[in-house]
Amino acid sequence: MLDDIDRRLLRHYQHAPDLGPAELALRAGLAPATCARRLERLRAAGIIRANRAVIDWRALGYAVEVSLRIALDKTQPRAFDEFLSAARLVPEVLEIQTFLGRVDLRLSVIARDMAHYQDLYRSAILTLPHIADIEALMHVARIKSDEALPL
Amino acid sequence: MIALDTIDRQILRALCTDATQSATAIGRALGLSQPAAWRRIRRLHEAGVIKGQRLDLDHDKLGFGVTVFLGVKLATKGRVSLEDFERAVTAIPEVQTVEHILGLYDYRLRVVARDISDFERVLRRRIMTLPGVGNVEANVLLSEERRPGPIG
Repeated sequence: MLDDIDRRLLRHYQHAPDLGPAELALRAGLAPATCARRLERLRAAGIIRANRAVIDWRALGYAVEVSLRIALDKTQPRAFDEFLSAARLVPEVLEIQTFLGRVDLRLSVIARDMAHYQDLYRSAILTLPHIADIEALMHVARIKSDEALPL
Repeated sequence: MIALDTIDRQILRALCTDATQSATAIGRALGLSQPAAWRRIRRLHEAGVIKGQRLDLDHDKLGFGVTVFLGVKLATKGRVSLEDFERAVTAIPEVQTVEHILGLYDYRLRVVARDISDFERVLRRRIMTLPGVGNVEANVLLSEERRPGPIG
């Protein structure tokens, strides 16, 4: 199980994932060797799954981000599986989430501009199988995005 | 905006899987020299294509069994400024992301909790007491997939 030192280490690491090992050890108040050993144990236990680069899609010319809330036709027994495998084939889909609630699924979709979005929506989204209802929310701004856990 | 070639896209995919890889390791995997790989990685950073890094943690193993997306509609627009709401909501530790959206709701929040009763505590004590908060819709996350995006 985790002790207070692990939690402190993870707290520092998740707020500054780009730190090198020496700097991270310093901030967490650990000797470099202790820090490395603890990180290795957290990785081996599957608690740290990865340290990933985050892409700014705007810098690559994708100015539009839309959140599509989708209800599926649940009379079709394979609706979820078939929808998910088809949605995975659309490159502009960045996230696929399934829910318990008023909405079954959410897709996060990016496009270069509104014309590109309209084209994607018609040719790649509306053609996905078993959609009963779909609702679009346009993304305006990201106010907080560090995704840190309150450890 | 910068143009990417196939090798740039491969580098991006590699860094999105593991950003701690050295230029040497990436170069070796893609058949590039260390300096060539390093130059390309630096260019991706300088152009702002890589905006940072994110630690991917196993929420369940850390005791956070529940993630809920909340759609929040502000009730008293004008009387309470958006800045007040944003400042207050951003300060809640259980709120992982805050997005300003257009459509059915004004904001989408991603909230983590230990379990459903812990979520109820966060909802009642922290979310419902935010300045200007109106209608709130909750959807409990069952599964989540992040896709590589159009860099394949």
